[in-house]
Amino acid sequence: MTAFAEAHDHHGPPPIHYSSRVTPAVLGMFLFIASEIMLFGSFFTVYFFDRVVNHSFGGHWPPPGFHRPAFVAGVNTLILVTSSFTMHWADTSIKRGNRAGLQAGLVLTLLLGLTFLLTQVIEYHRLGFNTGDTSFAATFFGLTGLHGAHVFVGLTILSVMTIRAFRGHFSPEHHHGVEIGGIYWHFVDVMWIVVYVTVYLL
Amino acid sequence: MRNPIRSEADAFRFVLLTIGYFALIVIGSVINVWLGLGVFVGLTLGVVWWIVSRRSREPPLPPQAPPPHPPDEHRILVVANETVGGAELLTTLRAHVSGRNARVHVVSPALNSPLRHWVSDEDPAREEAQARLDRSLAAMRAAGVVADGEVGDGDPLQAIEDALRTFRPDELIVSTHPPGRSHWLERGVVEKARERFALPVTHVTVELP
Repeated sequence: MTAFAEAHDHHGPPPIHYSSRVTPAVLGMFLFIASEIMLFGSFFTVYFFDRVVNHSFGGHWPPPGFHRPAFVAGVNTLILVTSSFTMHWADTSIKRGNRAGLQAGLVLTLLLGLTFLLTQVIEYHRLGFNTGDTSFAATFFGLTGLHGAHVFVGLTILSVMTIRAFRGHFSPEHHHGVEIGGIYWHFVDVMWIVVYVTVYLL
Repeated sequence: MRNPIRSEADAFRFVLLTIGYFALIVIGSVINVWLGLGVFVGLTLGVVWWIVSRRSREPPLPPQAPPPHPPDEHRILVVANETVGGAELLTTLRAHVSGRNARVHVVSPALNSPLRHWVSDEDPAREEAQARLDRSLAAMRAAGVVADGEVGDGDPLQAIEDALRTFRPDELIVSTHPPGRSHWLERGVVEKARERFALPVTHVTVELP
């Protein structure tokens, strides 16, 4: 059969044309992340506006009376960064057909993410200020809380991925669920690095 | 520009780069606030430079699969803006189809202003592109050239890439205004088409009154 005949033997609509050469599911995740970056961007704008406008603290930031637990948050940052490594391990494992590696990687990522979130909740309790105490406190809780909400969503996605991994889903050929969830988790990690450096360190 | 992050592995690399980027800024800031600012500006400019230079070094697309059309059929993809009905283009086309079982596919990009593009107001641009296409197809058919066509993306390179997926041409003809009048030449559309697409590319300049 000639190539021409083969081409005309095909019934139904033509094959899908991905002009961006990224599958729709991955592209959808990127578009979602783009919208998330805009959401975080608006919160960062408020934070920097507050910081620039409030010059009346004699150059001190945060305002007197407020303490940012940079060390605890630093340890938490290490935990979250480590979870990106375990997530990548899980993804690499399933691509090589290593199911045990996938399961271990996902469980570790889930546990590290849970540890991060719990540590943040404990940190909130010990801060000594609340959302209503000055605009600094409001933006602090706004940014870290927004990120915490994303970690919660990420943990939900990770839980589903982990359950699926233990139920025998995913293979070296079909692991979109790990790929897309992994991209989201790395996004959460990157956003935390930005939040940590901006809010806790600088 | 092609998306640099397409997989979990790419996203992971981005995490590592982010850590390095912010670590250097923090170290600079700890030493001196102005040094931190300088590191931030330097790194950011470096990233912008890397992105821009990466765009110009994008590898060409893999060669097209064998065209699923009869081996004796020669397919020509024509991309043209306002010059689509120009005499020079018709002359070139006649020379390329002469003595061949040739089929021509014309893509008329829906040229739009940046403002209209960003507000997704492309209906007038598409209507104008369709009108240009209809006129040029009529002129080609009158000249004995077997041709069909479509309105394409406003970005000529994207329009070519889209058409490649459905038409599978053997060669590409890009028609522009002469140098000095052509936005496409200013943007290096012809050179980029030669770099990106594994096809013979002919450039035709059309002098319109």
